[in-house]
Amino acid sequence: MSSLGIIMLVHTALDRAEQVARHWTASGCPVVIHVDRKVDKHTYSDFVSACADQPLIRFCDRHVCEWGGWGIVAASQSAATLMLDQFEDVRHVYLSSGACLPLRPVEELVRYLADRPRVDFIESATTGDVTWTVGGLDLERFTLRFPFSWRKQRWLFDLYVRLQRRLGMRRAIPDGLVPHMGSQWWCLTRQTLSAILQDPRRQVYDRYFRQVWIPDESYFQTLTRLYSTHIESRSLTLSKFDHQGRPHVFYDDHLQLLRRSDCFVARKIWPQADRLFQTFLTGQACALKPAEPNPGKIDRIFAKASERRLRGRDGLYMQGRFPHYGSEYGLTAYPYSVFQGFADVFEDFGDWLTDATGARVHGHLYHPGHAQFAEGQEMVNGALSDCAALRDYNPTAFLTNLIWNTRGERQCFQFGPGDRQGINEFLARDKNAQISIVTGAWAVPLFRSNMNFADIRAEAARLQQIESKQLKILETYGARAKIRVWSMADFVESPMEALQAILDEIGTAHPSHLSEAPKMVDLSGFGKFLQNLKNQGMHPYLMGDFPVDDVFGTQAKPFRKPYLVQ
Amino acid sequence: MRLRRKRRLLRCLRKRHELKPVHDNSAAIRPDDVLLVSVMRNEKIRLPYFLSYYRKLGVRHFLIIDNNSDDGTGEYLAAQPDVSLWHATASYKAAAFGVDWTNYLLRTYAHDHWVLTVDPDEFFVYPFCDTRPINALTDWLDITGVRNFGTMLIDMYPEGPIEEAKYQPGQDPFEIAPWFDPGNYVISRNPTYGNLWIQGGPRARVFFQDNPAKAPALNKIPLVKWHRRYAYVSSTHSLLPRGLNLVYDEDGGEKASGVLLHAKLIDTLGDKAREEMQRGEHFRASGEYRAYAEQLQDRPVFWNAWSEKYLNWRQLEILGLMSKGNWA
Repeated sequence: MSSLGIIMLVHTALDRAEQVARHWTASGCPVVIHVDRKVDKHTYSDFVSACADQPLIRFCDRHVCEWGGWGIVAASQSAATLMLDQFEDVRHVYLSSGACLPLRPVEELVRYLADRPRVDFIESATTGDVTWTVGGLDLERFTLRFPFSWRKQRWLFDLYVRLQRRLGMRRAIPDGLVPHMGSQWWCLTRQTLSAILQDPRRQVYDRYFRQVWIPDESYFQTLTRLYSTHIESRSLTLSKFDHQGRPHVFYDDHLQLLRRSDCFVARKIWPQADRLFQTFLTGQACALKPAEPNPGKIDRIFAKASERRLRGRDGLYMQGRFPHYGSEYGLTAYPYSVFQGFADVFEDFGDWLTDATGARVHGHLYHPGHAQFAEGQEMVNGALSDCAALRDYNPTAFLTNLIWNTRGERQCFQFGPGDRQGINEFLARDKNAQISIVTGAWAVPLFRSNMNFADIRAEAARLQQIESKQLKILETYGARAKIRVWSMADFVESPMEALQAILDEIGTAHPSHLSEAPKMVDLSGFGKFLQNLKNQGMHPYLMGDFPVDDVFGTQAKPFRKPYLVQ
Repeated sequence: MRLRRKRRLLRCLRKRHELKPVHDNSAAIRPDDVLLVSVMRNEKIRLPYFLSYYRKLGVRHFLIIDNNSDDGTGEYLAAQPDVSLWHATASYKAAAFGVDWTNYLLRTYAHDHWVLTVDPDEFFVYPFCDTRPINALTDWLDITGVRNFGTMLIDMYPEGPIEEAKYQPGQDPFEIAPWFDPGNYVISRNPTYGNLWIQGGPRARVFFQDNPAKAPALNKIPLVKWHRRYAYVSSTHSLLPRGLNLVYDEDGGEKASGVLLHAKLIDTLGDKAREEMQRGEHFRASGEYRAYAEQLQDRPVFWNAWSEKYLNWRQLEILGLMSKGNWA
């Protein structure tokens, strides 16, 4: 008979439990099974008689097992007592469940434990060192009382916890105990286990732990600390939990992953994962070199899954993710740049920007006529259409879709007071938005247009009103976006400095200095133009102070040539 | 809201007389079986593939209402061992577009079962559906204490004009219509029922570009651990009690979700649109179908250079059209 004894706690999928139990006994390991009292008598007796032909399988007294309740500890105690009494050769007792599956040949586990005859494998950490507690209760698990079920009477549970906190009710922890917690799946030596079970103060401890929350994660973990001479604080059972403390489940498609993990036992296995049971329960050759368990890859996969559930993908809106206002983490998937006024001040600004940054440069995406996609396309990534009605139906979704669909490639687009204004607040709140505004630049196309002056004046008043409203919105909500605002007068004085700062932030493909400046439009007469607007009773102020005498017309000339910045 | 739900349930009880059992196999339903409920009319051509698709996923029993078919749909279904069939001659529209009938069957046969409610042109895709049967999903949802599973309807279309995508019985419709729009969907929250309202895709882009607000809703909650007190409100877009509509995370995380691949935009649409327009039995007085019938005359092509060809659920996951959530 083997020196390894197995305790199995089962409540469903009894056929699988029998299969696993027979796998253990085939290698000579005795198995003591605890069947949850909630399983009806008939099913239970069928199960017992099905296993009757195998003398190494025994059944212990039954307890009702509720999640987080004392029953699981009581079950472990009964089973362990029976195991130690009936099988004298057993040196290590391994606690497992009906959903546990041995991944490596039993002999390897037996040998592994035989090489470490005094070692207790039990995850056992003080409350200050664990981060995975459910419900935010760690030390309070040990100092409050928990008469109500967390799953079935949640509000009573919460109410009673709050009440105890309010009243400052505390239970005393029995002398000599230092609360420890850890995975409930342990493997203990006969010496340690019998010391716990035969402790003269066991009644005191049991009475105390009955009222502790989730005692199966703390009873043995705490008491082992009193007796063990050598604790390895880890579980030999691979068992992962999600953010709500529910176990992750293994399926057939995890086969290779489990095989490469070199873990001895894994849980929880989906009862219908036929391929897993078939593969791991048929004779496998022992590895030549004994390997240490290495669940790193599985850890990463499950950690990523939990992160996906809690954090999600920035900038994604879909049927499973639609964050509250303010809970979005990132509003969009990738950084992008908004330029306002630049295309009015420079000729062919879009082409220049494309050359300088390598980004995808669109025209006015929110143009009232249609979205002006780069290269005049009618549709872009994601089958996003340039149709204005579709865009204006949900302007922020249009933007988040564009950025999501092109994630990995920076998008730049022109914006201005002549465009639909529905996204301003969103832009201001988005940390991925880089917004650069030359205020008042909308006057340049008017200045160069062939419109009647009365119309120009009306249009100028309208655009100025829109832009100042937009600036106010950006100011109110703009804590997160990177916003730069120049008045046009300031900007034309030293445009290259401003551009360099923007491009540095974008991080261009060629990180050298700008070698070629965009060509500024001819502004001679612009000061006079503004003065005319003023004379007509309008007050154009967003451009800043432009002198009436044409200094800019003459000053702007050098910019027509390629210009080198030091 | 409670009143509204009660009214729904009363309605479905009142309408139960409109359902005549033709072939009742429901005694064969076992406690853990995943069920499927569907209302259909003249869909015989689709049935062989529809049934085999869902049988392969692990659906154990089909509860189907035949609304006055005259193409042999009823006869075909009555011959299936895992189908229970009801016949309804009354008005589809008066039965709230079939929702009353569906609610009655759900209440009577699906209590405490996981049940899929889908149309015969909707094909359910969930994370790991290529390696795990549907009860792996429902067992996991049970473990994590979740009662509902959200999806988005994705309209699939062929490369050419849809009249040219000829469908044969038994064929996988996505052999002839494998394309879809990957990233032009818009979402808002319905304040009344708390469900999301998703629109977009090829139908919005081609049929409703002048009036996107009228574009059909694409949000669906087809998989629910049913309770006899639950009721669908409009198609499978929303349910009562309202909590069941919360299939999305609101704090920035992603809940596991799937899609329904929609095999509507193939050659069968033309006949359907003409027929439904005459019957006037659909939503908004068949306005949707009228739009189809009118626009189909121009032989629209949905395909474009940015269309994506369907491969598998992982592709949809990466595109952000569904999510594994914390199922790994």
